[in-house]
Amino acid sequence: MTATTLRQRGPKHLLSMADLDRDDIEQILNLTESFAEVGERSIPRVPALRGKTIAWLFYEDSTRTRLSFETAAKRLSADTMNFSVGSSSVNKGESLRDTVETIAAMGIDGIVVRHGAAGAPRQVSEWTDASVINAGDGWHQHPTQSLLDLYTARQHLDELDGKHIAIIGDIKHSRVARSNALGFSAMGARVTLVAPPTLLPSTLDGWPVEATHDLDAVLEELDICYLLRMQLERQGQAVVPSLREYHNEYGLTSARADRLPNDALIMHPGPMNRGVEIAGEVADRPAAVITEQVANGVSVRMAVLFLLLGSGLDVVDEQRAIA
Amino acid sequence: MSADIAITNGTIVDAGGIRRADLRIENGVVVEVGEKLDGDTVIDADGLVVSPGFVDLHTHLREPGDEEAETIQTGSRSAALGGFTACVAMPNTNPAMDSVAVVQQVLDAASDALCEIVPSAAMTIGRAGEQLAPMAELVRAGVRVFTDDGTGLQNDRLMRTALDYARGLDHLTDGFQVVLAQHCEVESLAAGGVMHEGEWSSVLGVPAQPAEAEELMVMRDIALARLTGGRVHFQHVSTRGSVSMIREAKAAGLAITAEATTHHFTLDHSACRTYDPAFKVHPPLRTQDDVAAIKAGLLDGTIDAIATDHAPHTRQAKERPFLTAPPGMLGLETAFAVANTELGADIEHLVRLLSVNPARIAGIDDRHGGTIEPGRPANLTVLDLDDEWTVTGAAMASRSTNTPYEGRTVRGSVRHTFWNGDQVVDMGEATR
Repeated sequence: MTATTLRQRGPKHLLSMADLDRDDIEQILNLTESFAEVGERSIPRVPALRGKTIAWLFYEDSTRTRLSFETAAKRLSADTMNFSVGSSSVNKGESLRDTVETIAAMGIDGIVVRHGAAGAPRQVSEWTDASVINAGDGWHQHPTQSLLDLYTARQHLDELDGKHIAIIGDIKHSRVARSNALGFSAMGARVTLVAPPTLLPSTLDGWPVEATHDLDAVLEELDICYLLRMQLERQGQAVVPSLREYHNEYGLTSARADRLPNDALIMHPGPMNRGVEIAGEVADRPAAVITEQVANGVSVRMAVLFLLLGSGLDVVDEQRAIA
Repeated sequence: MSADIAITNGTIVDAGGIRRADLRIENGVVVEVGEKLDGDTVIDADGLVVSPGFVDLHTHLREPGDEEAETIQTGSRSAALGGFTACVAMPNTNPAMDSVAVVQQVLDAASDALCEIVPSAAMTIGRAGEQLAPMAELVRAGVRVFTDDGTGLQNDRLMRTALDYARGLDHLTDGFQVVLAQHCEVESLAAGGVMHEGEWSSVLGVPAQPAEAEELMVMRDIALARLTGGRVHFQHVSTRGSVSMIREAKAAGLAITAEATTHHFTLDHSACRTYDPAFKVHPPLRTQDDVAAIKAGLLDGTIDAIATDHAPHTRQAKERPFLTAPPGMLGLETAFAVANTELGADIEHLVRLLSVNPARIAGIDDRHGGTIEPGRPANLTVLDLDDEWTVTGAAMASRSTNTPYEGRTVRGSVRHTFWNGDQVVDMGEATR
């Protein structure tokens, strides 16, 4: 297994977890480990992407993901270029293609795209020679979130094969759920979605998952309890009657958290609504690895940027390059 | 004495059936149908089919308002190349065709068109679904089809009122019953969905609308047609449920007609998997099961007509993300070939679906559709059923290129089109 396989397989982009098989994911997670070590140095910087330029194309507000990618790029010594577009540009009728071609004309190696419309990063990838990394597209995918979740889970559980993860909450409108359903099942885990029918897609054909409306029925067998952020504005949209009822039925209350197995992890992609999908006290328990997820995000994104934009050296050379 | 044209050795297919005959055109009119005819110009149609020109019940010509996407001139050239001699122009222009003034503007702009432009008019002012357009005035100006196409009329009571009111306009139309054509989509249920709700929207994470958003309005309008005795035409029917309700309503004797587009019987929602906005259309591409039901409905007569829903959009508009790109596909230049290739209907039935029935529905069967016989205006198309060609958006006469059939090989081409005896297409090329 060499680090070039991801590139050699063809795709130079990371658009969806569906682009990655188990070997690809393991390769990324293994490389993440090396990069995590870089982050602990007094000068957390390696020259691995020196001379490479990465553009940020964020059509949707994002603080966390954006900062995480920027930190990752800096630690790899890449140059970055910010093409921040308010969501209003889309409404002004600007052609996405024109924007992409403008950026591409400046000479870039990678574009990190976040967009409110599912599929936009895929379109971008058709209009540029640069590598395109999806930093979240509508309800569709957020692959680096899934990779950092997989990395965090693997750190604590060693092996994901046969483990049971419940993803709880607004599945229908969640790119995190779509990414993790694919990511965790690719790694051999059993994935159960837990939500009221109004927060599930009308069909789960094509999803490698099980689904239930009864959180209490699965709690005691979970290795990972993964809570999604509840969009507060969904309340009253005939999706859930009230946030209070949602918390009572689908929230990880203290009582429910007590019923989780001792070594089960509590995860959340952030930002949390304490008191809605997770009780405030539960978010601070040792089992909750939510801030670790954020920390690991930087290392995972370093690995992804390096694999997609790097020099094409094999794994041994890469270890040397970052040494 | 003006020059005459003879079309010889062809097979005539029209409302009267199928027969071998020559015909002769003079002064824009068919003057003779028979054997061994001659003329100043002779077109040898040996091995070809001569049919009444096609009639599209559903054309977006974009003029006035979005002339960068299409004009009446370019759209009508596209139509002529597709074998159409009449297009019912949809009123969702800017401004909307909700007044005699705008309808007249369209007719004026159609003076150099390559086929007849038959304006429809909006049912409600500004297509806003709140106040009826001046229907009597519009009928006096020649309008026979009313529609808020692009959206359905959401308000149940206003739809009932429109149907009731339209019943009282017969005296202005020589008894022709004015048609209310509905784009069936219940907005509160469709909820901004931009593709069909099913396994593909679920995986792709695209906001979607269920088939029921269409079917609920079909159901309502059947009920209102029953209540009022008004005449409803269902536009671009796309689901199995709609087809079966329409079949039942027709069997019960209601004054209902329906059309389906070529894309709804040839493409399904899996086409959206690459997020290519070329496949974004309203109503959305449905399932294979729906595709089969639309075909069956066209073959058994439940659906009366093939319409194009020709909806040009500029390249830049279709290069927006799937979510925000405008819905719609080109259709005029591919409709016949795609139907001939994929529907499995014989040519007599295809001529019914593309010409005879839609001409009757639009109230223009005095000059389109029907039978090719002396005295009829020479609105004709000459077809090669076996010619294979590859669809290329960039090669089309339309100002836009948004065909969903790019690169597809289809069978059947339009050789010649005559509009009022004027040869607007010659050997597959527009003459002007």
